[in-house]
Amino acid sequence: MIVKIKEEIKVTGNVNAAPAEAVATKRSESPKKHWRVPSGTVRAYGMVAALVLMWVIFSVVTNGIFLEPRNFSNLIRQAAVTGIISVGMVMVIVTGQIDLSVGSLVGLAGMAAILVQYYWHWGLILSLCTALVIGLMVGALQGWLTAYGKIPSFIVTLGGLLAWRGVAKGISQGATYPIEVRSFRDLGQAYLGRSVGLALVAVTVVAVIWSVLHRNSMRKRHGLPPWSVAALSLRIMLPSVLAVGFVFALNAYAGVPVPVLILVVVALSGAFLTESTVFGRHLYAIGGNPEAARFSGINLRSQVLIAFAILGVLTAIAAVIYTARVGSAGPDAGTLLELDAIAACVIGGASLAGGRGTVLGACLGALFMASLDNGMSLKNVPDFVQDVIKGGILVAAVGFDVMGKRRE
Amino acid sequence: MRGIGKSFPGVRALDGVTVDLYPGEIHALVGENGAGKSTLIKILAGVYTDYEGEMQVNGEIRRFSSVRESEQAGIAVVFQELSLVPELTVGENVFLGREPSRFGVVQWDELYAKTSRLLAELDLDLNPRVRTGTLGTGTQQLVEIAKALSQDARILVLDEPTAALTNAEAENLFSILNRLSAQGIGIIYVSHRLHEIFRLSQRTTVLRDGRTVSTEPTDRLNEQQIIAKMVGRQISQVFPANARTPGDVLFEARHITTQNPNMPGRFVLNDISFTARCGEVVGIAGLMGSGRTELLMSLFGCFPGEVSGEITIAGCRVLIQSPIDAIAAGIGFVTEDRKRSGLVLDQTILANITLASLDRVSGRWVTNESRELAASRVLADDLRIKASSLFTLAGTLSGGNQQKVVLAKWLMTQARVLLLDEPTRGVDVGAKQEIYAMIHRLAQSGMAVVMVSSELPEVLGLSDTILVLHEGQITGRFTRDSVTSEAVMSCATGQQVCA
Repeated sequence: MIVKIKEEIKVTGNVNAAPAEAVATKRSESPKKHWRVPSGTVRAYGMVAALVLMWVIFSVVTNGIFLEPRNFSNLIRQAAVTGIISVGMVMVIVTGQIDLSVGSLVGLAGMAAILVQYYWHWGLILSLCTALVIGLMVGALQGWLTAYGKIPSFIVTLGGLLAWRGVAKGISQGATYPIEVRSFRDLGQAYLGRSVGLALVAVTVVAVIWSVLHRNSMRKRHGLPPWSVAALSLRIMLPSVLAVGFVFALNAYAGVPVPVLILVVVALSGAFLTESTVFGRHLYAIGGNPEAARFSGINLRSQVLIAFAILGVLTAIAAVIYTARVGSAGPDAGTLLELDAIAACVIGGASLAGGRGTVLGACLGALFMASLDNGMSLKNVPDFVQDVIKGGILVAAVGFDVMGKRRE
Repeated sequence: MRGIGKSFPGVRALDGVTVDLYPGEIHALVGENGAGKSTLIKILAGVYTDYEGEMQVNGEIRRFSSVRESEQAGIAVVFQELSLVPELTVGENVFLGREPSRFGVVQWDELYAKTSRLLAELDLDLNPRVRTGTLGTGTQQLVEIAKALSQDARILVLDEPTAALTNAEAENLFSILNRLSAQGIGIIYVSHRLHEIFRLSQRTTVLRDGRTVSTEPTDRLNEQQIIAKMVGRQISQVFPANARTPGDVLFEARHITTQNPNMPGRFVLNDISFTARCGEVVGIAGLMGSGRTELLMSLFGCFPGEVSGEITIAGCRVLIQSPIDAIAAGIGFVTEDRKRSGLVLDQTILANITLASLDRVSGRWVTNESRELAASRVLADDLRIKASSLFTLAGTLSGGNQQKVVLAKWLMTQARVLLLDEPTRGVDVGAKQEIYAMIHRLAQSGMAVVMVSSELPEVLGLSDTILVLHEGQITGRFTRDSVTSEAVMSCATGQQVCA
């Protein structure tokens, strides 16, 4: 009987091939407005423009120090920690949940990785595993309490914010410990050789060209109008130029920092996970309309738990980089990082109501926050003023977004 | 209201619409979805403040800058979407924002006494201290009307007030409206249900594409004429001719019994058994609260309480404890409220169509958009989903098109048994017909369709077998040839059991 139905649908589908063409031609009249991909891209480039504007302003007021290779390299390295957490955070936010405990988890996972080196002389791999396992377990536990225990994630992770910091203080007895393993420190402080950076960027450009051409040929296959030569070259040139410029700027100092490479890998994996997997699609459905998702046979609880677990692991990776960059593990490491990560997601277009947000947006948001920090520190803006400005910008960013939507 | 015009970006929603209303008149406003009825009402209610043209109330030119001003001018609007706060009691909702108070202290006794009087006026047997969220949609609608009455309105606007009401509740509403109009209140009545318009209204204004087509005394019109004016074309037959011959039994439910999760011991469904054959449409009629929606939810594994009974599909017993099981067993469920439980409005048509069948249509882990597109395109064309592309966001579509997207989602899962709950609610006349034709065609292709609808003509026109539910029990079974609407209604009200 199933087969019969299928045939019926196929037959009627073929009969209706003509309307399909009609739809396709109609589409070509107003393709811009309705294409999800370009509108997202436009938004991303809008954010890049805002970033560049901020950089220009900072470099003017700091007499060019801001954009000097050394500072730029430093800035990007700072952004890596927030960026990696934001990639996980945006997944949790997309499902309509929140995680306030990541800052404390950075402290705990980083401390644990260093303590196993200090007391038991564990090597690089084992101490990394320690951090990752702790991240995974904490994320999964909080996800489980949220998804299966039905305790609001705000409460679960607010508890986590206190509890994990407490554990970190307990196991360290309030002391700060230096890193024992040299290669561990490299994860936060080393640079890739200049030629390695160039090789990577060459691979990136090839990948961009291939994916744009591939997408274009898909459009043709589905009867959509292919992009014009101008659109094609814009789509290839913009990301390529950005990537090349980025690597050259970093090479002008000491090469691509290892944390930045890790961020890029994490961000690409995160983008793939959210945009091109069934899991990702489920995340958006769950956040957009949990009831519809449930009625469509999606296992809400397991997907939410997995999102939290991924965030836990990414937070542990960020903890390793953070600790390695600082050179030691202190009980207060990572304090308030959760706010930076959430702000990065929101500035990058994520909605705390769920259903909206992208990995790319979150990464740009993280860069935005790091630039703000870095620029204001260079200018010796007092701490308390920095906090006020950051808070104001967060509210303003969401305000602009809301205004833009209302106009639509 | 004269020469009213209103533009939204890219759309001219209203273009020179003129409507007048006399005291004590019931004036029907009809038109397809998107004809501009809601926009017009919102201007009247002071929701939209930037419009062209002018509006006179009692001979005075008025231009409301807020809902409050409109209310003070004696205009009360009952919107289609309920605007009650579920956490508050009935009385609190009725007097929300206008609580009787002395020195800023709410006079609760006075509030509840007044509410009781209003509810009594509506023949509504209801404790005003009950939390509104616990009431059924139909009752909530009446509370909403009580709220409008409490404002001493001279102009009452009702937007699709009977959409969620049972026939008995609707009858009650009609008599109330007649009484109000006898008191000199002018009523603007918006409805898709034409027979109500003939029952109630003195004059009818038809809107189409934001323009007034005509304003005429209702008794000079007939149903065909109104439909023709609304859609701009003649509709000869609403329901497709039935040329189906049902085959073998495909779906069987035996002894389905559920209890109210909030009140253990009280049955929501009591020993429901029925079968649906390949190519058969089983229509389920019943009043609001008779357990119709709960039956479909139980069959789909998403009823919040415990469900007992057996379900058999194509001779095999299946255990359905969640929507995941139901989908795997080949059941699809078009829910009553597509915005709440059918669609992810922020996502594209494509993502919505493939949502329930991603692992099959796309990939087990990694999605394949081009495969999804290819499969969805066929369905979208087949169902005539009108959108500029499959990447259009579902939230921007009209009601009819949204409903088609939900249908497409279930066809994509290759469901063999399709459960439909109010498949044409909030859908305009043209799209309704398309959906009827679609249901007919799906049944013809061998699916078993179980359809719940409050619109009796719809049940009678489409179904091969009609079941009538009353208080969780089947009180009537009819075949297409033996059924009359009177018989169904008497079973639905529990006056007679005709099994």
